Amino acid sequence: MRKILYILQKEFIQIFRDKTMLPMIFGVPIIQLVVLVHAATLEMKSIDMFVVDKDLSSLSAKLVNKFEGSPFYTISGRSFSITDANKEIENNKADVILHIPHGFERNLLREKSSEIQLQIDGINGTAASLINAYSTSVISDFNKNIIVELTQMPQLAEMEPIEIQTSYWYNPELNYKTYMLPGILVILVSIISLFMTAMNIVREKEMGTIEQINVTPIRKHEFIIGKLVPFMIIALFELALGLTIGKLFFHIPVVGSVGLLFGFVLVYLLVVLSIGLLISTLASTQQQVMFISFFFMLVFILMSGIFTPTESMPMWAQKVNIINPFYYFMRVIRMILLKGSRFWDISYEFFSLLIYGSFMLGLAVWRYRKVA
Amino acid sequence: MNEIAVEAKGLKKTYEKVDAVKGVSFAIPKGELFGLIGPDGAGKTSIFRILTTLILPTEGKAEIFGNDVVKDYKKIRNNIGYMPQRFSLYQDLSVEENLNFFARVFGTSVQENYDLIKDIYIQIEPFKNRLAGKLSGGMKQKLALSCALIHSPDILILDEPTTGVDAVSRKEFWEMLIRLKQKGITIVVSTPYMDEANLCDRVALIQDGRIMKIDKPQNITNEFGRKLWAIKSENIYKLIQDLRQFEFIDTVYPFGEFIHITSKDNSMDINSLILLLKNNNHSKIEMLEVQPNIEDCFMELMNN
Repeated sequence: MRKILYILQKEFIQIFRDKTMLPMIFGVPIIQLVVLVHAATLEMKSIDMFVVDKDLSSLSAKLVNKFEGSPFYTISGRSFSITDANKEIENNKADVILHIPHGFERNLLREKSSEIQLQIDGINGTAASLINAYSTSVISDFNKNIIVELTQMPQLAEMEPIEIQTSYWYNPELNYKTYMLPGILVILVSIISLFMTAMNIVREKEMGTIEQINVTPIRKHEFIIGKLVPFMIIALFELALGLTIGKLFFHIPVVGSVGLLFGFVLVYLLVVLSIGLLISTLASTQQQVMFISFFFMLVFILMSGIFTPTESMPMWAQKVNIINPFYYFMRVIRMILLKGSRFWDISYEFFSLLIYGSFMLGLAVWRYRKVA
Repeated sequence: MNEIAVEAKGLKKTYEKVDAVKGVSFAIPKGELFGLIGPDGAGKTSIFRILTTLILPTEGKAEIFGNDVVKDYKKIRNNIGYMPQRFSLYQDLSVEENLNFFARVFGTSVQENYDLIKDIYIQIEPFKNRLAGKLSGGMKQKLALSCALIHSPDILILDEPTTGVDAVSRKEFWEMLIRLKQKGITIVVSTPYMDEANLCDRVALIQDGRIMKIDKPQNITNEFGRKLWAIKSENIYKLIQDLRQFEFIDTVYPFGEFIHITSKDNSMDINSLILLLKNNNHSKIEMLEVQPNIEDCFMELMNN
């Protein structure tokens, strides 16, 4: 037991002496949270709209004004030629073309119906469907007002037979940051524990120090504990730091119990640290660790549900996610922070990871004993 | 000197398809300074790694103070000081931190065994706050020896401790080893330098995974049994070429500025050889009979 303490002491001296470690521990979470939470957003804030108004009537001007008045749109240019407009899209200067044909107002007044065209840049499917949704809602709003004005029947607006009132639970304003920040925290905690553990152990191999350790009475389990515990502590610290930043600067809700979250993270770290240990037994240089862990981390992150809901993944992908530790943590951190889930709600994830973690730890220790 | 410190019986080690150690047996009595002499790739490190319980022998068995290297590895690890060929201390820890760490994991303290390492450590103590990675080669080696000794082991196993170290540090290092031997520590050391063999009590000459000879350095050189000449001329390269042409000459090895030669019937006439060489356009020929050293014996054994 005393020996483990000496190993821990040695590890912490080395970690804090490493010039890249301190910036990694303190700088990376702050930068990642501040930058990524703002950058990795699906909200469209500046849609560049190119206007081809061939009608030049008061109604067409009103429609364009409506777009212009919206905080989401900027009118990037106007022309009478649809060819010009297409060029703008091709040159990436515009995201959407609003094409108002000649006779728009006249048709609307005489025939009570008229057509306009929206051409949306579809390179990014997600953005295109968002632009479509935004634009359609602006136009339908315009529609409603126009009917009121033209028919002079103000009551018509209230004649909608079914009124839909939407309210989003757990994130009423659909604040993207509230959704993203916990996700980025997951990645942060996971990288620290998985990557750093593997790197640290392999460095002992690379430098040859493991030779010297192996002829001492240090037992293998003592060495492993001495290697895993520091990164467990650092990962927990990262989580606390990240939550503090989230609370103070992004005002993310912390509805559930922080204690429960940390308890869950302990089990989660069991899995991730074991994967780190396992990677270290497969690799003999730090470069190999980089490649192996990047492969796993990339797959784990993209399938974890940080950007896209896992429920919309194909069935096979959802099955594969059973072995993706990031997936469990991604769900649970959002459940606890945003929904206020209690232990019983996350018990499936908790026990899954507990079984998974015990298995991985066993496997990693077995591999370690065999190769070292 | 009856007690046996190390005993190896038919040790074999096979890596994948390579036989690194092909059946090696030896016994080292307590308190001996034993040298394992051989070129790179002879299997020295593999033998040491078996003795230090780092790898398992493919065949055969070895005991250190009666403890089996496979079954009783825990006991052995408490009582052995090992210095791997490569500097294997923590480069990002200071001299003092390294020493403290290794003392503590052996359940002892630097103060407790300071007497043993004092002679060596005193030389690096002025740099005790310097990171081990920033030490010079000679100082690294002294630190490594201090760390290997800090738990007061009964046996030291040093794998090529003087490889890549300057001549002065090498000499100092061997002086330290001899002082440690006087304190009753059994020392097993390997080296590719034949000149260091004479400093050992006994040496094992090892080549290609086999021990060719184990004896006192003096006995090995005495057993050479033939006359050995050293010869040089102005054009050493041509001299080697020419000597190898002569039927009556047996072995020709360059040795520093001289060439060591033996003849087949052991009754070569110096003057007639010099005359022969002069006819071959050699000038400034010097030739004298010399005492064989370990390297000559090594070459001789390798040929047989």
